[in-house]
Amino acid sequence: MTDVTHEGPLLEMRGVTKSFRGARALDDATMTVGRNQIRALIGQNGAGKSTLIKILTGVYRRDGGEVRLDGNAVDFRSTADAQKAGVVTIYQEVNLVPKLSVAENIFLGRFPRRRGFVDWATMRSGARDALAKLSLDIDVTRPLGSYRVATQQMTAIARAVSLEARLLVLDEPTSSLAEREVETLFGVMRSLRDSGVSMVFVSHRMDELYEICEDVTVLRDGRTVAEESLATLNQYELVSKMLGRAAEQVASGARTSARPKQQAEPVLAVSGAASAPRLRDASLAVYAGQVQGVAGLLGSGRSELLRSVFGADPLDAGEIKVNGRTGSLRTPGEAIAARVAFLTEDRRAEGIVPHLSVRDNLTLALLPKLTKRGIVDRKRQRQIVTDYIARLGIKAQADQPIVELSGGNQQKVLLARWLATEPAVLLLDEPTRGIDVSAKAEILALVDKLAADGMGVLLVSSELEEVVSACDDVTVLRDGVSVARVSLDRLSEESLMAVMASGEAVPPSEASSPDVPQKDKADD
Amino acid sequence: MTDLATRPAETSVLRKIDWPTFIRRYGAAIVLALLVLFNIIFTENFLDLRNILFVQLRQAAPTAIVALGMALVIATGGIDLSVGAVVALSGQVTAVFLLDGVPPLVALPIGILVGVAAGLFNGTLVSRFGIQPMIATLVLFTAGRGLAQVVTGGRIQTVNQPIVEFLGLGVVAGLPISVFSLIVVTVAIMLVTRFTPAGTKLLAVGGNERAAGLVGIRTKRVKTMAYVVAGGLAGFVGLLELGRIQASDATNAGLNMELDAIAAVAVAGTTLAGGTFSPGRTIVGVLMLRLLQNTLVAHGIPREVAQIAQGLIIVAAIYLLRRSRDAR
Repeated sequence: MTDVTHEGPLLEMRGVTKSFRGARALDDATMTVGRNQIRALIGQNGAGKSTLIKILTGVYRRDGGEVRLDGNAVDFRSTADAQKAGVVTIYQEVNLVPKLSVAENIFLGRFPRRRGFVDWATMRSGARDALAKLSLDIDVTRPLGSYRVATQQMTAIARAVSLEARLLVLDEPTSSLAEREVETLFGVMRSLRDSGVSMVFVSHRMDELYEICEDVTVLRDGRTVAEESLATLNQYELVSKMLGRAAEQVASGARTSARPKQQAEPVLAVSGAASAPRLRDASLAVYAGQVQGVAGLLGSGRSELLRSVFGADPLDAGEIKVNGRTGSLRTPGEAIAARVAFLTEDRRAEGIVPHLSVRDNLTLALLPKLTKRGIVDRKRQRQIVTDYIARLGIKAQADQPIVELSGGNQQKVLLARWLATEPAVLLLDEPTRGIDVSAKAEILALVDKLAADGMGVLLVSSELEEVVSACDDVTVLRDGVSVARVSLDRLSEESLMAVMASGEAVPPSEASSPDVPQKDKADD
Repeated sequence: MTDLATRPAETSVLRKIDWPTFIRRYGAAIVLALLVLFNIIFTENFLDLRNILFVQLRQAAPTAIVALGMALVIATGGIDLSVGAVVALSGQVTAVFLLDGVPPLVALPIGILVGVAAGLFNGTLVSRFGIQPMIATLVLFTAGRGLAQVVTGGRIQTVNQPIVEFLGLGVVAGLPISVFSLIVVTVAIMLVTRFTPAGTKLLAVGGNERAAGLVGIRTKRVKTMAYVVAGGLAGFVGLLELGRIQASDATNAGLNMELDAIAAVAVAGTTLAGGTFSPGRTIVGVLMLRLLQNTLVAHGIPREVAQIAQGLIIVAAIYLLRRSRDAR
């Protein structure tokens, strides 16, 4: 299938740089993909994976560095350009046209013609042939959208194969697939590799990387920090490279003693929570006066766990007890009434109402309590707002639209929004993401004070340093399952990384709390 | 996944005068002031109280009431194309009841209820069934006027009753009844948005529906209510229109009123994406567009040309809206 004109690797990207409005997204990124190779590409959020892929496939143009395909320097100006050269991307959410038939999708933009008219017969048989190469036999005249995601993905791959792709970029293709479908996909990937197609595979699931890839490229903060063979790199080393913390450098910044539990019973107890598709079996307990951490890689179900607890996502299985009361919370309104608060991860999409004032944003969750006989108590509202602006050191006027504030101040307003409801349980999802160092320190100090004052805090963070220094106890999620609980006496970035990578380093018998059944669900 | 590229740039605190935003907010008021000034100088008898109250304002008031409802719907990020047809439907239903000898005390509330029901229908389609507002309200945009024609059998029937005469020519507190109603509606909306949580909820749902849902606001109910209020106001305007025409006229009552209302909301500087609401500026928008038409026609410019002028004003308003959003 490949006409080898060059003996070196199929793709070489060297010293690639890219900035957006002055912000460096890529700074010396390198990736080499050999012939007949499946290469893993990994990195945390914001490490530059997407940017690198988009440069490779012609969506963005690089600022500097070089890209060589088959030894020839290339500079794709569009995805069509890249496709012509044989570089095709398969996205996690299939970006084909759901209303068109499978055959039309496979031949989109290059319908076979006969005397100026579309040659439907040729198109259908061509589509069947392309799918047959992937051992798939489906009705190609049905709309693509009527098939499962897995089949849609296969269609996208069939399209790529019929475009004579030599390099396929698979961007988190497994994130919405069931286990069996993942196996099918891997089978197809292997046979494609054997027929001469190289692939770049992006996934956050460590086991998958080791199953299907030979080599890995690790990006961190826009730089390539490792290009190695997976055979010589264990999962633990891989995770530590990705997070940028070598085992020997890790300082153990954990607290010296745990904060005292202010009640014997947990204020929030979750057991066996599941919510399709990400969250499968999560259990944990939060005690008044303590900070319970949740650690896990991207896609491990951290945010989904919080959303389920808060009633924002439906619970498929499991039990959630708040203040000893069973019966899970079905809506955010019920959760708020049960004194649960949820600071969401995505400030813009799920937090601020941009053109409303700081005052209205801050009191939004409190609105029902501020209302007496249908009338909002504006005087009390003003007091509360003035109070929180002073307490949290928010640099803003009460009547200023929140969109005008810096990220750190917006975050403080949102935190104040929840504190004003006087919650018993505070769910924090990445509370310090995207804010400056001083605001970050202030927020973490505040969390410490809140716990000391008797609140139960559940803290999700992808920054291990933060988890270790702030929490009394940490639950580790892996592929939607709470695989381990790390108590303070063993809490360190090192121990967390070990569990996040393998799910096995801390024996499950470690479970220090008898009231929450611990699940030993290490994927063998 | 968020890459550096998509991470929002920190917004700085800008307290300088932002001209595009200023003109977006007050452009309609400035044009209105210029039009008034022009008319004072060049139009005979313009400043005559009778002309202002009983010609200019009385003409504009029904559209303004409908526009207030429209502004509520637009604040949620929606749109309501059906209000013009609802004006016709409510007027015809009321006319038919009155002609059948039903007492006004029953017939008039029924007209308003017809509007409320239409609003409930629209709101349910939009919020419960997730149908795009433009399509959902297109249903009654066409079917509503058709229904009105079916109700009256397609004939124009004169309704000679004192109550209808009062709706058309009545004077309350020295004001034409339509102008008086506009003031009552405006004050009511201002009081509700000022003193109850409804206004904040409306803007929260329109500004960021997901965030609003996560603070416990029942977003579907809020959206439905906006359509219900818009429908109820259209129902009430149907009564005023019945009074103005003094007859049941399913074809022309409320014709194009939805478009005038949308245009007024747009020139008032409201983003059609939702999240903003200003009753005062909406009314200014209606008055400005109406006075522009009247002024041009009064000075011998053909109506068609006047309509082109209105189109240009709308384009200018939309341009300014974009400019000021980019300035953020």
